[in-house]
Amino acid sequence: MIEVKNIQKSFDGKKVLDDISVVFEKGKTNLVIGSSGSGKTVLLKCLVALYEIDQGAIVYDGRNFTTLDDQQKREIRKEFGMVFQGGALFDSQTVEENVAFPLEMFSPMSAEEMKERVNFCLNRVNLQNANKLFPSQISGGMKKRVAIARAIALNPRYLFCDEPNSGLDPKTSILIDNLIHEITQEYDITTIVNTHDMNSVLEIGDKIIYLKNGKKWWEGDKNEILDSDNEEVNDFVYASELFKRIRKASI
Amino acid sequence: MKWFRRQLFYEINSLGINSLPIISIISLFTGAVITIQTAYNTDSPLLPLYTVGLATRDSIILEFSPTIISLILAGKIGSSIASEIGTMRVSEQIDALEIMGINSASYLVLPKVLAALIINPFLIIISMSLGIFGGWAFGVLAGSVTTTEYIYGIQFAFRPFYVSYALIKTFFFAFILTAIPSYYGYYTSGGSLEVGSSSTKAVVYSSIYILFANYILTQLILS
Repeated sequence: MIEVKNIQKSFDGKKVLDDISVVFEKGKTNLVIGSSGSGKTVLLKCLVALYEIDQGAIVYDGRNFTTLDDQQKREIRKEFGMVFQGGALFDSQTVEENVAFPLEMFSPMSAEEMKERVNFCLNRVNLQNANKLFPSQISGGMKKRVAIARAIALNPRYLFCDEPNSGLDPKTSILIDNLIHEITQEYDITTIVNTHDMNSVLEIGDKIIYLKNGKKWWEGDKNEILDSDNEEVNDFVYASELFKRIRKASI
Repeated sequence: MKWFRRQLFYEINSLGINSLPIISIISLFTGAVITIQTAYNTDSPLLPLYTVGLATRDSIILEFSPTIISLILAGKIGSSIASEIGTMRVSEQIDALEIMGINSASYLVLPKVLAALIINPFLIIISMSLGIFGGWAFGVLAGSVTTTEYIYGIQFAFRPFYVSYALIKTFFFAFILTAIPSYYGYYTSGGSLEVGSSSTKAVVYSSIYILFANYILTQLILS
């Protein structure tokens, strides 16, 4: 569980996150939604301490991250898995080397055990026969899957995904969404996904918060979002023609 | 430590061994040109022919190999380091390292600096040898000098301290030509345009710092 308490973050005097409080629950896929520039990525980067917050606290299962020193933060970070928007795979390493990287750095596994774990993680994301390929030789969807495999290699307690299905076709997007959701439940981890894809919201949104201009405007789940009476949320949800038609049909 | 050893050997190969062909070609031909030019400029009966070998040796050992080769390396590996680390920064690979709990600066920069400190003195010694060899081979081929005079010249009044002086300089230059590009690469922000700009800055500033350090070190060691 991750508790976010009244956090604020500004860049050059401009408030990007304004007094955000939320609890991201364990075993659930927690979604942060909002249009571009709403502060989703900044929130995620604050959570993983790539940005320091100006005020407030972030508590990981009772451990106040904001009060820890660098070494203690680094120890907690070993419990993180992160899937970046572009994958952030290491270009100079093959797929299997990318997945093995955190294991090599932090686990006492033998080469044989490591190989087994790498193959297990790649199988888990349905990626076979790609072990020896480099990131430049695989598709966007495959990159995302390798990034997920790398993120789960060390059995993380917290999984962060920044727009994991951006730039993917609808079918691959659903595959990636379902994969993240299954992994969350299977390993009982706390997962936070940034997205502005309404399909993801309805597929995997166990808990959803809606951000606009750095503020939290709404909180709920995938069953509540379509019936929300919050005007801001409705503007976002029913922005596309498809969802407008769905609303019309349901009325 | 396993990863560090692996990275170190990778960087020794990437920064050092891969630079060997360009260093060899430049050293060989520069030695040749120094010999021919010296012979041309000392075409006087008052000056013994062995001064050609002497001048080639001193030019190569004291200045060409440690300084000019380091400047060439600043261009070759400096831009490569800055663009590699810069690209890792803008494509969030460095963020990925940080989130894994890895000290990204130490993971990316330390092996490069250490690799250059280890391998560059060897590269410079090879450059010295090839430069002097090139001077002899092409000087004799062009008829500018005889083998006997050249060999006598390169041994005449030789002070082994010249080599130590060159290697001390090399050591400092190796640090400059890896640390400065690493800094510019690491603090890149933006996109591909900024990576290019970091790469250019890395080469310009490491070259300036090498020239500045050359002056200071020469003043400190030789005066």
